[in-house]
Amino acid sequence: MSVDQAEIEKIAQLARIRVAPADITELTDRITGILDLVDQMQAVDTAGVEPLASPLNASQRLREDAVTESDRHVDFQAIAPVTEADLYLVPKVID
Amino acid sequence: MTAPTLTALSTKLERGELSSVEATRDCLARIEAHNDALNAVITVTAEQALADAAAADARRAAGDAGPLTGIPLLHKDIFCTAGVRTSCGSRMLDNFLPPYDATVVTRLHAAGAVMLGKTNLDEFAMGSSNENSYYGAARNPWDTSRVPGGSSGGSAAAVAAGFAPAATGTDTGGSIRQPAAFCGITGLKPTYGRVSRLGMVAYASSLDQGGPMAATAEDCALLLQAMAGFDPADSTSAEREVDDYSGGLEADLTGLKIGLPGEYFGAGLDPGIEAAVRAALAEYEALGAELVEISLPRTHLAVPAYYVIAPAEASTNLSRYDGVRYGHRCDDPADLIDLYTRTREEGFGAEVKRRILVGTYALSAGYYDAYYRKAQQIRRLIQQDFLSAFDNVDVIMGPTTPHPAWVLGEKTDDPVAMYLEDIYTLGVNLAGLPGMSIPAGFADGLPVGLQLIGPHFSEARLLNIAHRFQQATDWHTRRPTL
Repeated sequence: MSVDQAEIEKIAQLARIRVAPADITELTDRITGILDLVDQMQAVDTAGVEPLASPLNASQRLREDAVTESDRHVDFQAIAPVTEADLYLVPKVID
Repeated sequence: MTAPTLTALSTKLERGELSSVEATRDCLARIEAHNDALNAVITVTAEQALADAAAADARRAAGDAGPLTGIPLLHKDIFCTAGVRTSCGSRMLDNFLPPYDATVVTRLHAAGAVMLGKTNLDEFAMGSSNENSYYGAARNPWDTSRVPGGSSGGSAAAVAAGFAPAATGTDTGGSIRQPAAFCGITGLKPTYGRVSRLGMVAYASSLDQGGPMAATAEDCALLLQAMAGFDPADSTSAEREVDDYSGGLEADLTGLKIGLPGEYFGAGLDPGIEAAVRAALAEYEALGAELVEISLPRTHLAVPAYYVIAPAEASTNLSRYDGVRYGHRCDDPADLIDLYTRTREEGFGAEVKRRILVGTYALSAGYYDAYYRKAQQIRRLIQQDFLSAFDNVDVIMGPTTPHPAWVLGEKTDDPVAMYLEDIYTLGVNLAGLPGMSIPAGFADGLPVGLQLIGPHFSEARLLNIAHRFQQATDWHTRRPTL
């Protein structure tokens, strides 16, 4: 299955990755190659086969609803690019 | 080198023939002397290592030592180490100092192991050659014009070069076994859930598993004993007792049934690799094992299914790198979208971007059933093939890789060709099984790996099967000339 450049641009937008216009053609070719490989799956009859999401068929473990973590926000925010008053800063979203 | 194996070094430390500080100094000196040529280690923590080694010596003097106390080792730079850069081989995390240790790091440290530093890898563990590292490719110590394999290439190269008697690795599609094969060492990928993933930076969460890399199966048994175990902080950790990995190493192999999948010996397998693997299998027959022809008919589907599931999970996991909480952030973002898109453009390398985009595509509206759901259905069929095979055999064996280590740059222009090199290893991750690669000879002067695949949680048996081979052969003792 081939994808065109417009689709790659749309996917890149969904993935929030800027792609330089000069790189779009090569990227489209590479991803088309990968999707061609992946399309070998379509020849397999999988009717009635239950999808396997986790190799051990594990389900999410539950635990007591109790606080187990200490407050380490100072440590975690120490490695953030920009913080102020215990908040992470991003460019203005609402005027 | 102060000792040829971790086990031998452990004995020397126990007998007081050597101190951990001396062993650690020796490893640091080897890294200093040879790392420029190999680029296997990207961060050296010499000062802390010597302090930890002194503490290990004190602990031993106080009579509180285990087999790993004072053993120097390296961690793949995907395991979080508190206050020590954990880059994942990415510009995105070039400045990342984790606020906590991975459980694997905590456990090995508690056992007294001494961290020397962090090893090179393909960016976020995505690659089979180590060429996708922001810090440049690691080199194969057997031939520095060749790749060490990937993604745990730095760990494999470092152990083969004697920088350390052991290193940690992670394996999502072969990333412990393939570099172990390329560098002539022993590597074990445990059953999914056996080793905690907490603090092991996520690539594909339903496939990722950490494991040991060392010279021998005996060494890997000691390492896995410390690494394995239930971790309440990892929601996929197996709630199951840890076996005694060293206790059963000597068990006799008479009557062992070894399954040989026809699909692992077909077209595309290098004749030199096949010859070495066949010779290893003959050695197993001499040890009393029986060889049984089997079939894993969906082997060829492992590559397409993997290259949907792994990118889909990667695209989700790597969405956390947004320039807000940690890691790289672009300069002067115009708005929020510009912050995200430019941070991610600058922070990720080409292969990581490709996989994120493939995964985003596979998960996008209208394609989910055709790609992700289909791949998960095929995943179940692949697992069923393995489980059916284990009704009749105890272990499956074959080559770890179709070819020996290739020359740097040979496959970088063709991602699909690189993906196909993982044909024998991917299915093991999809099925969640344990797998090993052990040295089994040479093809054109380059190491060959024999792959051992067992049923879920059969690590102790795999280590026994590998150990008996290593008692009968000396391939695992061969070392490159640096």
